[in-house]
Amino acid sequence: MQRWLWPLGIFLVLVVFLGVGLTLNPREVPSPLIGKPAPAFELPQLHEAEKTFSQKDMAGKVWLLNVWASWCASCRDEHPVLMDLAKRNVAPIYGLNYKDKRPEGIAWLQRYGDPYVLSAYDIQGRIGIDYGVYGVPETYVIDKAGVIRYKQIGPVTPTVLKEKILPLVAKLNGNT
Amino acid sequence: MVIRKYLFLLIFFSFSTVAAHAAEDPAFERRVQKLSEELRCLVCQNQTIADSNADLAVDLKNQVREKLRQGASDKDVITFMTERYGDFVLYRPPMKASTLLLWFGPGLLLAGGLIALFMRLRQRAAASAEPTLTADERARAAALLDAGNTQGRR
Repeated sequence: MQRWLWPLGIFLVLVVFLGVGLTLNPREVPSPLIGKPAPAFELPQLHEAEKTFSQKDMAGKVWLLNVWASWCASCRDEHPVLMDLAKRNVAPIYGLNYKDKRPEGIAWLQRYGDPYVLSAYDIQGRIGIDYGVYGVPETYVIDKAGVIRYKQIGPVTPTVLKEKILPLVAKLNGNT
Repeated sequence: MVIRKYLFLLIFFSFSTVAAHAAEDPAFERRVQKLSEELRCLVCQNQTIADSNADLAVDLKNQVREKLRQGASDKDVITFMTERYGDFVLYRPPMKASTLLLWFGPGLLLAGGLIALFMRLRQRAAASAEPTLTADERARAAALLDAGNTQGRR
């Protein structure tokens, strides 16, 4: 009887480890940018190419930067959640249109609705690299001091919105 | 016909520029390649950006090339990447408090296994060692052996 106890114990430990492993998402790489100032950029806007948008324009505001593209399938899944968030008027959402073609990006917004105050146009994906983007969509919550406080990799789900983003935005807006 | 000739020329020249790009400076290209092999592609996580053809990997490779061309050192490029993507972008994880288990876990497991094996072997050796006999048993054994010996001699 006792000779089975050891292998059984080891087996159970393995099961626990593998079980925990299954609940983790390997695609979610912790971003080193959290708690750091949002990387500087100045990009042309998607709709009005002659105008630019910079992270500096948002100083003093709590805002969201959402990286999206018309070729990105999960952006479609996320889109209704962003529309809902835009309606709530808790924080302005700015888009970073990532490696997209300008007419296609504009058409996409026309077709599904535009939750963004405006979108910046990053055709080469340079600013995307500065922000550590590797899986569109990604969403950053940036505070009044211009510091990144949260990063959502992959679509913002209603749960993420309710449990993480909304409380964080409320806290950031209330404290200062 | 003329169009076809121009088309041919166009294709010819576009190929030759690609080739020129690669052959520009073999030492430089080797450096780009070597550095790219140190960086993980975040889209296809088990590949380096040198191996991967994912869009992001191509962008990152171009970024590496551009940084090096601007005179950045290998270390500058690695710092640039980890600032944006974290240690995860390094194919060889750095040694830190949080990665100690990763670096030494296998060694610990091996040591644990060896200790367990050693203890088990000693236990077994002890179990099969010569049994200690009481004086009585010793006398009986001696008598039996003597009896055997005298028989053999006969």
